Order: sequence, then C-alpha cells, then structure tokens
Amino acid sequence: MNMSVATASSYLESLLLGRAQLPASPLAWLNRLRAEAVERAGALRVPTTRDEDWRFTDISSLTKLPFLPVHAASPLQTAEVERFYLEPATIRLVFVDGVYAPQLSTQVLGAAGDSGIVVTHLSAAVSAHATTLEPHLGRHAEFRNNVFTALNTAFLHDGALIIVPQNVAVDVPVHLLFIATQKEATSYPRCLLIAESGSAVTVIEDYVALQQGVYVTNAVTEIALADNARVNHIRVQRDSGQAFHIADCAVSLAQMSHYQSTSIALGARISRYNLNVQLAGEGAECTVDGLALIAERQLADTHTCIDHIKPHGTSRQLHKCIVDAAAHAVFNGKIMVRPGAQLTDSAQSSRNLLLSGRAHVDTKPQLEIFADDVKCAHGATVGQLDSEEVFYLKSRGLSEMTARNLLTYAFGAEVIERIPVASLRHRLEQTVLERTQRS
Amino acid sequence: MIYPDSKSLLEVRGLRATVNGIEILKGIDLTVRSGEVHAIMGTNGSGKSTFAKVLAGHAAYEVAGGTVLFEGRNLFELAPEERARAGVFLAFQYPIEIPGVANNQFLRLTYNTVQAQRGKDELDPLEFDDFVREKMKMLEMSPDFLDRSVNAGFSGGEKKRNEILQMALLEPRLAILDETDSGLDIDALRIVANGVNQLATRDNATILVTHYQRLLNYIVPDYVHVMESGRIIKTGGKQLALDLETHGYDWVSIEQRAAAGA
Repeated sequence: MNMSVATASSYLESLLLGRAQLPASPLAWLNRLRAEAVERAGALRVPTTRDEDWRFTDISSLTKLPFLPVHAASPLQTAEVERFYLEPATIRLVFVDGVYAPQLSTQVLGAAGDSGIVVTHLSAAVSAHATTLEPHLGRHAEFRNNVFTALNTAFLHDGALIIVPQNVAVDVPVHLLFIATQKEATSYPRCLLIAESGSAVTVIEDYVALQQGVYVTNAVTEIALADNARVNHIRVQRDSGQAFHIADCAVSLAQMSHYQSTSIALGARISRYNLNVQLAGEGAECTVDGLALIAERQLADTHTCIDHIKPHGTSRQLHKCIVDAAAHAVFNGKIMVRPGAQLTDSAQSSRNLLLSGRAHVDTKPQLEIFADDVKCAHGATVGQLDSEEVFYLKSRGLSEMTARNLLTYAFGAEVIERIPVASLRHRLEQTVLERTQRS
Repeated sequence: MIYPDSKSLLEVRGLRATVNGIEILKGIDLTVRSGEVHAIMGTNGSGKSTFAKVLAGHAAYEVAGGTVLFEGRNLFELAPEERARAGVFLAFQYPIEIPGVANNQFLRLTYNTVQAQRGKDELDPLEFDDFVREKMKMLEMSPDFLDRSVNAGFSGGEKKRNEILQMALLEPRLAILDETDSGLDIDALRIVANGVNQLATRDNATILVTHYQRLLNYIVPDYVHVMESGRIIKTGGKQLALDLETHGYDWVSIEQRAAAGA
C-alpha cells in the first residue's frame, strides 16, 4: 500500500513539473486560482479502489506512465480531421492534444452581427472578458477534493469559451472538438459555457482520437445557466480504446433555467465521468441522459449528482449501459434534495444490458432527501434482453438473431434519439448498429 | 363465414400444454377451416390465452401432448418466426414497446422479412411508405405513428390498432387475436373490429380470444367455444356468446358437469 501511494505521489509531482512551461496569466485571480489548484493537487493523492468514490474503478495503471502535457501547436490540416466535423455546426473550436488549433476552428468574437455571441479560446478572451469570467472560471468545478480537477485547474491556461448574451438563441450547434494525436501525453481540455438570462444554445463536446494509442484526457467543463436560460449539452467520448478519459463537468442552474444533457461513452480503456448538476434556482429543470456502449476490457464509470437546492425543481435521468465481452460499466447516480427544495420532482432510471457472461455492471442509485413534500422515483435494472420482447419480434417473422440485434440496437438508440442534432444522431445510430449487430 | 367446401387450416387434437410443470391445457380439440371466425371465450385462468400463445410458439409453454396441424404441416416443428412466415399471426394482448426503433422501420422489416420468405418482392422505404399509409387509413391511424417508436407511449387503443396494422401488412392465413378488445373504448373497438372484418377473406381464418361478448357485436363469429380448466366444454353458434353475456359462465360448467356425470 505504501508503495502504491509513494508511486502515485511521485506521479503527481512529475505531472506538475509539466506546468513549468505555462505562461503566467495577466489576471491576478487566475494566477491565484492556479496556485491554489497546484497546492491541492500536491496535497491530494491518486484515488484507489479503497476510496468509496472509486470502489469499482481501478486507475492504478494510469500512474505507470508520466503522460506529460503537450504545449506545441499542432500542424494538423483540415483534410486530416474533416471526417469529425458535423453539419450544421458552423461554429467549431478544435483542440489538438489540448492545444487550440486556430487553422481548424471557426471563432465567433462577439461582433454585433453575431448578436454578441462569443465562441473562442480562453487565452484569447481572458483579458477582454475578465469580469464575465471571474465569477465562473474555476468556481463551479470543485477542485479542492478532486485530484484530477485540481490538476486540470493547475494547468488552466487555454480552453473553449462560449458566452451567449441575454435573450440570444444560437441557431446552430457549437461543436467543441478535442482530437488526440499523441501517445503517452496528457491533455487538459477545459470548457466554460456562460448562458446569460433567457439565452439558448446547443453545445457538442466531442472527444476523438486520430489513431489508437495510450494517452490521458483529463477534462473539466463548467456550465452556468442564468435565469430562464436553456442549454442542450451533448457529450460524446470516443477516445482511443487504450486511452484514459477522466472528466468532470459542473453545471449550475439559476431560476427557471433548463439544462439537457446527453452523454455518450464509447471509447477509452478506462473512463470516468463526473457530472454535477446544481439546481440552484427555483423552478430549474434538468434532463440528464447517458449511454455507455462498451466491449472488450473497457471500463466506463459515470458518477452523477443532481442537487436540488431550491423549490419546484425537476430532474429526469435515464442512464443506460450496454456491456459486451469482459467490459465493466459503473453508474452511481446521486439525487440530493436539500431542506429548502420542496416540491422537487425527480425521476431516475438506470437500465443495463449485459451481452456476455463476462460483462459486469455496478449500478448504485443514491437518494438523499431532506425535504418532505417531494416526488422522487428511481429504478435500476440489470439483465439480458427480455424474452417477451424477443418472442414478440419472432412472432412477426424475424429470426432470433435479428430480433436480438434489433432490441439491442433499440436499447441504445433510445438515448441517442434524444440528441437534437440530426447529423450527430445518425452517426451515433450507425455506431450503435455496428457495435451491436451479430451474425 | 362457413363455406361448405372450405379446406381445413388448423387441426388441433388432444392438445396439452404446461407452464413451469403445471398443466394448463388439458386436451383441446378444434378445427378451423378457411373463411371461418371462431371465438374462444372463458373466464380468467381458463387457458384461452395460453392456447393462443402455444399456437404462436411461446417458449414458456411446453407442449405435453396432442397434435396441431397447420395447413397439413406439424406446427410444432416450426419455430415461432417460421410459423409467422407460414401465415400464423398472434395479435398480442399486451404489445411490446420498443423505444428507439421507429415504427415504420419495424413494420417494413417485418413486412420484407415475411415477403422474402414467401418469394415475393420487398419494398424500399418510399414504396413501403405509400403501402403502409393506405393500410393505416383503414384503421383510422394518423401517419404520425410511423415516425414514433414502436408502441412507445401509445395508448391501449393505439397499440391494438398497431397490432391490426401488422396483421394487415403480413396477411396471415390464421390470425389469433388475444384479448384484442381489452382496454378499448367503444370507438377504438369499432375501428379495430372494422379492420379485422375488412381483412377477413375466404382464404383466411380468425380466432378471437375474449372474455366478453362485446367484441362479437362487431365481429360476428361462426363458432363460439367456451373454455374452462384447459378444455373446450361447449361449442355453439353466435347465440352462445349472447347467452353467456346474459347468464354468465356458470351454467355452462353446471351443464357440462351434469353431462359428464350422466
């Protein structure tokens, strides 16, 4: 045990050495934030399976390689990455190994013709929008007790920034594309979305790999919704099958705002996604859906926390896992209803489909309710395809195999079809189809 | 309708079936000829739904004895999907919801699968769309049901209409309607019954499994069979259903017991 802790702390030290090359920010508060994160990263250790939050997810293999960050800009050209582009996402920011790639991106810089929308990379905007950023950047994603978020914040230098001004609805989806190209590297993607009151936007956070390889993605996303704002957040993790993907997303909802999230985990050898949604204003609503579709020896761990702080909040959650071969899916879904959050209406469903005898699922719905006038429903199922459903399809002439393939596809498609961007939806439906069909 | 020279579609002789080792069907005899409409009535637990599922090939029901010939072939040698392709259709009491699969995709897949097995032409999505919309008119179904997921969020009546739509597409020789009337309001019942009546021809046959006489006001049976404890204890014409409606099921059992005792 001492051995592994010692190894892990030298691992963190070696990671933090990579910071030396980061330039100081012109903003004192940002420098303070980073310094504090460095201090926390130094004080924390890499979690082990003895930590309750990491019981099922053994990331000790992560510490065996140093995985240094990449600082150089990538020479990638459009032709090499075009296949990842989405229609009609005409606003696109591309980061290659965590570094902003201007030649692949289409920024929007808040000109009057664009209704004041800002979609740019943080380091370019940090001075111009300092007062807008300060209450949000590093304030939602708690890093004091999370070593990975602390590391990301320690490296906070650049990232994606979206600011949607008051009462503006962005009519095309914003595509944030993170491309991994280098082995044995760590990237620290960072996203900040500020949706001002009455605004509406759809954002796709998309992690892809140019080739197979072992690397680490340590991503942090912060989303702040002001009163009546609407954010549709789609997250697609299709990292290399050998990669580590660790991500933290913190969302804060003000009064009557609406957050819809669909997160799809397809890639990575080991992935961990923490999603914390705070319904901090009265009448806030969120829909948090997820699908993990994994095989071989993949492990996909999703931890969500929906925190009802104020009255009249509504939350809906559907989390599904399709687990094949010797893969392992973990879902921990906490619903918190605080003492003031009367008339909360919450429903959570965890549905898991095992396609092989060696596949494994750990699912844990967790309700902590401190208000008395609330409606909270939850349920979890783990199993194989329902034999009644198979029989229904066979009674319509479909073969056993076709019936099973169709039901497996449908199981995943139920989540995919909630994605409002047709091109992405069709692409993902195709992926589900390819991965679930047997002959 | 009864035609004097019709050929036999279904011959059930001494059919026994068990579920989890418990005998539910205890020797059923039934002959269905093409053109006919048979109603199988009985109280809950009499075995009528089990009979329907055994004919369709549900794996939970084990055939323990007897024979069933469908157009002269041993039905039990056919897997459920082969029965469907051969022309046996079961309209489910509780149709399955399949969120994530659009109804039109599902309907086209089943239609084309069965067409291919019968050596007929498959339809591409555009051709199928025209074809299915025509069938939907008969059931007064909105085309919106094509884009929705199969049965997901459908009302009871909508699900039953979707069952009859599948029946219209697959054109079975033998349609078995398992409690198709349950949960239907009077309008839905009329629409569903009207659809079933329009699909009835000289060459096919229908078995209606039902608890109530109500459906039989709309689909007039040629034969009414009363099931009890896994057997058909009485067979009559459409008047029998009316008698059951007026007097309940008890008198049939009493009469049957008296006959058995005599």
